[in-house]
Amino acid sequence: MKHLHILFGNLARKKVRTALTVGSFAVAMFLFGILVVVRLAFQAGVEIAGLDRLIIINRTSIIQPMPLAHRDRIQRVPGVTKVTFSNWFGGYYQNEKNFFPIFSIDTDSWLGVYNEFEVPPEQWKAFTEDREGAIVGEKLVERYGWKLGDRIPIKGTIFAGNWEFNLRGIYKGTRQQDDPTQFWFHWKYFDERKEFQKGMAGWYTLRIDNPDNAVRASKAIDQLFANSPYETKTETERTFAANWVKQMGNIEFLILSIGTVVMFTLLLVTGNTMAISVRERVRELAVLKAIGYSDRTVLTLIMLESLVIAALGGAVGLGLAKLFSLRGDPTGGILPIFYLPNIWLLYGFAGALVIGSIAGVIPAVSAMRLRVVEALRRV
Amino acid sequence: MVRVDGENNGRALIQVRNIDMKYRRGSEEIHVLQGLSLDVAEGEFVAFMGPSGSGKTTLLNLIGGLDTPTSGSIRVGGEEISELSSAELTAWRARNVGFIFQMYNLLPVLTAFQNVELPLLLTKLSRADRRRHVEAALSLVGLEDRMKHYPSQLSGGQGQRVAIARAIVADPTFLLCDEPTGDLDRKSAHEILDLLTALSKEHGKTILMVTHDPLAAEHADTILHLDKGELVETVRTEARV
Repeated sequence: MKHLHILFGNLARKKVRTALTVGSFAVAMFLFGILVVVRLAFQAGVEIAGLDRLIIINRTSIIQPMPLAHRDRIQRVPGVTKVTFSNWFGGYYQNEKNFFPIFSIDTDSWLGVYNEFEVPPEQWKAFTEDREGAIVGEKLVERYGWKLGDRIPIKGTIFAGNWEFNLRGIYKGTRQQDDPTQFWFHWKYFDERKEFQKGMAGWYTLRIDNPDNAVRASKAIDQLFANSPYETKTETERTFAANWVKQMGNIEFLILSIGTVVMFTLLLVTGNTMAISVRERVRELAVLKAIGYSDRTVLTLIMLESLVIAALGGAVGLGLAKLFSLRGDPTGGILPIFYLPNIWLLYGFAGALVIGSIAGVIPAVSAMRLRVVEALRRV
Repeated sequence: MVRVDGENNGRALIQVRNIDMKYRRGSEEIHVLQGLSLDVAEGEFVAFMGPSGSGKTTLLNLIGGLDTPTSGSIRVGGEEISELSSAELTAWRARNVGFIFQMYNLLPVLTAFQNVELPLLLTKLSRADRRRHVEAALSLVGLEDRMKHYPSQLSGGQGQRVAIARAIVADPTFLLCDEPTGDLDRKSAHEILDLLTALSKEHGKTILMVTHDPLAAEHADTILHLDKGELVETVRTEARV
């Protein structure tokens, strides 16, 4: 503590250089924060998806529907406790940029299976009583400034035409990772209005009594519809979500690659800065050692300089990334779950300190090994 | 009194016996000091003179514990320092040696006060005690009104006086001065030499000084001439009279 003024004096010696190095750290850690947000956005569905929830899709493709008649047969499979179904409704609000997930849902069974979503009972009642009613996620309501009772026009892309809904309720997720940007409306209304695929469900979602029964139940269900015109593919929601993410490419690898390159570059930049900084004051370090400063103290002073730069840059960069994430999804719906958990701020900060340590260690050791007599001889 | 005959002098603060110092530069071996012996009594002011490469600074570095001899013995206050480890030498220097360099070697990012305080940060003195010592040292060198100035805001003479304050603040056993006036104008050099003389005469400080300047050397009690690593001449001056 007694030596802090030496530490900060040295950091202030070349203010521009220190600021630029701190800035490099800040930019890199900001990027790290955003990469984490993007990774989590892609992985969120996988991480929160339940093992006790199964998804049934058409074996041919998810875009091929299945008969509604499957429902009762699925319900009878041992271990299955609840079943619901829904369809994807491709559409947008006002213009194509305003895209969000729209589902037609079975109002009788939906919340029983997706019990992580909460809707005030009176709003849910109003929704069920209005065949053109809709329930919308809170973020979506916030984004478009809707309020209960609003008439919301949706332009259908798959099921063409102008569809209009009455906003009857707003749902909230009970977990931070729950998607708050969905739009639900009545499957019955959907089935009545559409001109093809009548009586067909896009996919079934069901709950089972015990996650240990997932494999057995999946096999039993797929067996049930084997060799029928509508064969099924049943998997846990987690596997389904993971496969969905995989379809978009190896996001994990991409993010890891970018992150590694950025961190390695940061290491070189900071290491170089510290090396130059130490070279410039060889005489001063020699004087400190001459008057009795131990090798360890000199090493500590240099290491601390590097760590302070890393801590400042890390704090600024991660702080900015957190602020950025608090503003919500900047992509207009591609990354609906857009947040930076505090634990990742800690990981990032620890990572910054590790990089600061590695960057500082070579200059610090060279300062520690400095021979006073030789250093003082240099002009 | 300085003796260079290697005979035992019980009262000597610094006893150098038969030290050799060799360097290797490539395939060439350079014999910097050859069997040199020296006794310096407490409170003496000794100047070393001689041509470049005669071994003056090397001798100073060895006595100051910045380097260790190839062979021979150096005792300061009865303690054999040529056998101390690097870490032990560092701690020993902090307790016993005050260094004054030609280029002052102040840390530019610290004020005069903070530069002088540096050796005291290695002690267990309280903040208040450190302040008292630093103020006393700066007052002794006549710079009590320049405490908050940075080295770049001081003249050469003032910078060297700050360096002297830093050297004496921890009350070391002796001072080592390597060309302390080499970078100063005549007036400033005179002031610095007067200051060193006062430290020796009035405060009983033992001072070893390397210089090329005969006028500077005249301020010492004894002038020792080195040539090719050997002491070749001893001159007693009238400075102390």
